Amino acid sequence: MSLVLENVYRKVEGVNHLHNINLEFKPGSFNVLLGRTLAGKTSLMRTIAGLDKVDSGKVFMDSEDVTLTSVQKRNISMVYQQFINYPNMTVFENIASPLKLSGTPAAEIRKRVQETAEMLHIESFLSRHPLELSGGQQQRTAMARALVKDASIILFDEPLVNLDYKLREELRQELRELFKLRNSIAIYATTEPNEALALGGTTSLLHQGQLLQSGPAIEQYHQPVNLHAADLYSEPPINLLKGHIKDAELSIENYASFPVATTFDGIEEGPYTFGIRPSHISLVPKHDSDIELSTVVDVAEISASETFLHVANQDLQMVLQLSGVHDYRTNTPVKIYIPPEKLFIFEPDGTIIKAPNAQLAGEF
Amino acid sequence: MTNNKRFGIIFYALFVLLPIYWLINMSFKSNEEILGTFSLWPQQFTLANYQVIFTDPSWYNGYLNSVYYVVLNSIITLVVALPAAYAFSRYKFIGDKHLFFWLLSNRMAPPAVFLLPFFQLYSSVGLFDTHIAVALAHCLFSVPLAVWILEGFMSAVPREIDETAYIDGYSFPHFFIRIFLPLISSGIGVTVFFSFMFSWVELLLARTLTSVDAKPIAAIMTRTIGASGVDWGVLAAAGVLTIIPGILVIYFVRNHVAKGFALGRV
Repeated sequence: MSLVLENVYRKVEGVNHLHNINLEFKPGSFNVLLGRTLAGKTSLMRTIAGLDKVDSGKVFMDSEDVTLTSVQKRNISMVYQQFINYPNMTVFENIASPLKLSGTPAAEIRKRVQETAEMLHIESFLSRHPLELSGGQQQRTAMARALVKDASIILFDEPLVNLDYKLREELRQELRELFKLRNSIAIYATTEPNEALALGGTTSLLHQGQLLQSGPAIEQYHQPVNLHAADLYSEPPINLLKGHIKDAELSIENYASFPVATTFDGIEEGPYTFGIRPSHISLVPKHDSDIELSTVVDVAEISASETFLHVANQDLQMVLQLSGVHDYRTNTPVKIYIPPEKLFIFEPDGTIIKAPNAQLAGEF
Repeated sequence: MTNNKRFGIIFYALFVLLPIYWLINMSFKSNEEILGTFSLWPQQFTLANYQVIFTDPSWYNGYLNSVYYVVLNSIITLVVALPAAYAFSRYKFIGDKHLFFWLLSNRMAPPAVFLLPFFQLYSSVGLFDTHIAVALAHCLFSVPLAVWILEGFMSAVPREIDETAYIDGYSFPHFFIRIFLPLISSGIGVTVFFSFMFSWVELLLARTLTSVDAKPIAAIMTRTIGASGVDWGVLAAAGVLTIIPGILVIYFVRNHVAKGFALGRV
């Protein structure tokens, strides 16, 4: 089964939920939709499922136009962000429900429910009701219901968001394994770049209802098509500096000017937006060409074993990602160093001019 | 519980139950005993009052009439309010909020306002003195409340459950009966309770829209007042029998009502 979306538009109350989406999903492929909240991930999934109607455009499954086909006839399954199960049925009945409706014989239902439950490690809860289970088990039940029928398309709408960190890692790993054996199209929506990178497969970046780019996640990380795409792959968000290149100098508005590095050869003079990932800024100079900025500490935010150091210089605000746990007092002056070869250069409208060369830097 | 609290509750219970006890007490006495002496319990226990009601067709038909239109009213209310509440809870349409509020505003007018139009209308279309006439008239009040109660319960069920059911392959009617109704059973319990209770105790419309064939028990009870005085014993027995259906309804929906009041926005 292949799935093709052609020029799909959907507008709700004047807001573009989907704007000219053209996508193709190959049979047996694992696909990730990456985008912030309201980027159109859920809208896209609901359109594929047939829960939402398109304003214009077409959806094809196996080159058959299904744009107007009802949900019930599309042979898809979906897992939501919330744990959606039928609370009045047992876990067994929940998982069995799609099979029962398709008229599968009882013995076959029992066998398949048992298999699927074992795959997701919930075989010991089959006689319980969903609300008596933990969040992780409830979501496993929902996943089992999605996996038990041979759906040609399986949609995951941020299924792991409401789970704790450890459980999320575990389920993500299992999910990827489960799909290696299947011949159905899996589509997985997430807001987290790390998840997209970890899951692999084809990633489609969405921003305000538009498809930015589609391809392997790692490629997109290195070669974003524009500012939004670069930002989607940055957690914490990418630092943006307004400035321009003129007379062989790179200047960051009102703060500093530097001789243009050789890596910037071929870039015309003019105003640009410079982007730098938080992990690429350091507190010690690594190279003579590093751009030095004097700032003061705003706040040091500790996340797991990393520290996000927010610094400011007047109205210039930046964030650094440092490994290890550090304690910085507010208003401590710090000097930060930006390696110019790590700079993304964007046109004022956001189109990318230059992405840092990953091969040259030897890392990403 | 402290002694003070216990005393308060006992006192309150006595206060509430004393009139009901007195009614039951009276229903087992003869008229002479009721009027002649003061006794805390029947001195000459008699079932004669009940015998009058259960043997005289004009009496027991009053109960049957009342039960008939009350049940009819509850059924019509549910059948009408369930789809309406579903639409209000799941779909957006022009004027939905206004329509929703307008429904409730129906209840702001006293039933007496609708008395004359109903009487005139039912007389002209031949519905006068039928059970369905009373049931329909009561629907004007019970349906809006039912829609409001059910909408609250339905909105508490995530929309994704509907969608998951469609994705699983349920058709809409199948989903509605098999999945959705069990999820809002508490709301249905509360709704039945309210429409039953409203219709059971409503007197004005029920009495005016009927004459013989569908005359409610409350109207028949006025027969005990005659030229020779009031037949207190029979009146009391009729009163006791009037309370019983209410007790039965509360007994059957008690868990739902308790849950319902806690969950839904009633």
